[in-house]
Amino acid sequence: MKRHLISAADLSRDDAVLILDTAEEMARVADRPIKKLPTLRGRTVVNLFFEDSTRTRISFEAAAKRLSADVINFSAKGSSVSKGESLKDTALTLEAMGADAVVIRHHDSGAPHRLATSGWIGGSVVNAGDGTHEHPTQALLDAFTMRRRLVGPDAGIGRDLAGRRITIVGDILHSRVARSNVHLLNTLGAEVTLVAPPTLVPIGVETWPCEVSYDLDAVLPKSDAVMMLRVQRERMNAAFFPTEREYARRYGLDGDRMARMPEDAIVMHPGPMNRGMEITAEVADSDRCTAVEQVANGVSTRMAVLYLLLGGSEPAVAPQNNARTEENK
Amino acid sequence: MPKILIRGAKLLGGEPQDVLVDGETIAAVGTGLSAEGATVVEADGKILLPGLVDLHTHLREPGREDSETVLTGTRAAASGGYTAVFAMANTFPVADTAGVVEQVWRLGKESGYCDVQPIGAVTVGLEGKKLAELGAMHDSAAAVKVFSDDGKCVDDAVIMRRALEYVKAFDGVVAQHAQEPRLTEGAQMNEGVVSAELGLGGWPAVAEESIIARDVLLAEHVGSRVHICHLSTAGSVEIVRWAKSRGIDVTAEVTPHHLLLTDELVRSYNPVYKVNPPLRTERDVMALREALADGTIDIVATDHAPHPHEDKDCEWGAAAMGMVGLETALSVVQHTMVETGLLDWAGVAERMSFRPAGIGRLSGHGRPIAPGEPANLTLVDSAYRGVVDPAGFASRSRNTPYEGIELPGRVTHTFLRGRATVVDGKLA
Repeated sequence: MKRHLISAADLSRDDAVLILDTAEEMARVADRPIKKLPTLRGRTVVNLFFEDSTRTRISFEAAAKRLSADVINFSAKGSSVSKGESLKDTALTLEAMGADAVVIRHHDSGAPHRLATSGWIGGSVVNAGDGTHEHPTQALLDAFTMRRRLVGPDAGIGRDLAGRRITIVGDILHSRVARSNVHLLNTLGAEVTLVAPPTLVPIGVETWPCEVSYDLDAVLPKSDAVMMLRVQRERMNAAFFPTEREYARRYGLDGDRMARMPEDAIVMHPGPMNRGMEITAEVADSDRCTAVEQVANGVSTRMAVLYLLLGGSEPAVAPQNNARTEENK
Repeated sequence: MPKILIRGAKLLGGEPQDVLVDGETIAAVGTGLSAEGATVVEADGKILLPGLVDLHTHLREPGREDSETVLTGTRAAASGGYTAVFAMANTFPVADTAGVVEQVWRLGKESGYCDVQPIGAVTVGLEGKKLAELGAMHDSAAAVKVFSDDGKCVDDAVIMRRALEYVKAFDGVVAQHAQEPRLTEGAQMNEGVVSAELGLGGWPAVAEESIIARDVLLAEHVGSRVHICHLSTAGSVEIVRWAKSRGIDVTAEVTPHHLLLTDELVRSYNPVYKVNPPLRTERDVMALREALADGTIDIVATDHAPHPHEDKDCEWGAAAMGMVGLETALSVVQHTMVETGLLDWAGVAERMSFRPAGIGRLSGHGRPIAPGEPANLTLVDSAYRGVVDPAGFASRSRNTPYEGIELPGRVTHTFLRGRATVVDGKLA
């Protein structure tokens, strides 16, 4: 593992599988009566959020706390940033306070890369979503969810997603989730197809390791997992598509379309969902939809990432018997 | 003023000759000229060029003196071998009145390092809505001949047409910053393979090419000349080549950075590579070099764009667009054009002195190195190799993309009307 997690492309196949395997161990901790591990005791994790994001921030917060790290939440609103402080000065401040890891969410693509390479801070940088660039921990939790569902929690250990057919549908152009997923799923051996109206596919996509289709119905029967991306209604005003209803008709997933998917195929959504837009309530609430599971898996996956970046080579999870002994001392 | 004898210089890269400067003019050119009463500069085989002329410089004064002033900018220009620069109009306040252009012109006179020819804005406040008083700027002491809203495109076709027509009355020219605004909303870098991966807003080539296509046709229709600023794409080259073949009076410039750098550099997210128009692809770079060599692109212009440190020491999205260029332009041209065999030194003189002075109708610059001509001269040590160190820049700003890169060539002497502004590579 590298010191930072900026792009899903930074992960080798072995790195990625190690993270997923570690996340499985972490997930088992969540089933224990006491969900906390002492692994990162005394380490400080800063959640540096320049963009509103409740779900990602609390997911990282829960992950760090379950590893016993000290967590500092820093959001741009109402902080020195809203008074015009630069990213550099904010970073120098966090460095002075002794941050071991900075989890950053930023509206500008490349801001985490800049933070990691500028020399402003010495700790690890974890990209929690930057502009329309990447969101690597989302891709990891998505891969974790796929492996659990398509291979199995125990059967999946040590394995990748070779041969699995994954379809990602929606606003690819503006999606950091799609970019990270394409990188990671390719690394894990999956076959990825992107589906979107041509206006929402980036110029230059032909070099990406995936297929592109404009026809959702043609792709669905050949998909083991279909990931529906959130489509912002405002895109309509920039003429990316004519109306919300037309988008929903052509690219939304409803019950009829879901019925065309293979029997064991799953529906995924990174959230927050626009019910009625890219996904109908019928699909969102069905057993095949993993949206809520993805949230739970997000905590385990982020625990794994923080542990591997900060914890070093010590075993993450001590055997349960020993743990009890520790507590009894 | 004392006499100066430049001994053994290769004029435009030719055979070594001596050049005797007497006062403000060149007195004699030949071999074995007498050094009597003259300060001798041993050129020792260095290249002697006419003083360079930059048709596209941002001096930032008035308004952004924290990034550059007329004085620091002209010092940078002299260091780079320039004896005249055209100062762009996007200052604060905008150079859209006779008062502001005269202020810049006067500051240039006072600086003494090179001549400063102000460019006037085409429209009031660069807003693209209402023509600025172009005639008043021309009639002012600054005698403006070049008009540009650079930084912004004159995108309204009617305003552009009227401007092209109107400046014919005094032999002016409109220099267009070709950028279709709607196609470049939120644009952060060249739109293509790299922008798709990096998730940065794309600046498509078509946004430049569509405006150039429109403007050459407008120029043809109204019988005006038009100049294209910082042409950056292979497609733009094709359009200008077509227009010239049709006899349309179009001229075009390319920046040194577009002759060397590509959008692959943006992968670093280092804002020193953020510039407008953006760095393009390898294919574009090669097309631009070829076009500069065959004359489709007429000149090299720096688009010297100084910015204070904090405007580049930040995340990409928050950073300012632009690079300094005056002090590295000649080296980049030597590296990309001369050492690749695409241009000889006479070709460099044509594209960095004669033609830019001609396009800007600037008298006294871009003249042959011959007796009776003004002694605006640049002596270049083309054998020199050195690593670019921005700490040594005369410019107030340091936003160069070439830091730490080895480039050939060094200006050892610059003479402005017989007065040395640079001696042995140092400002005089």
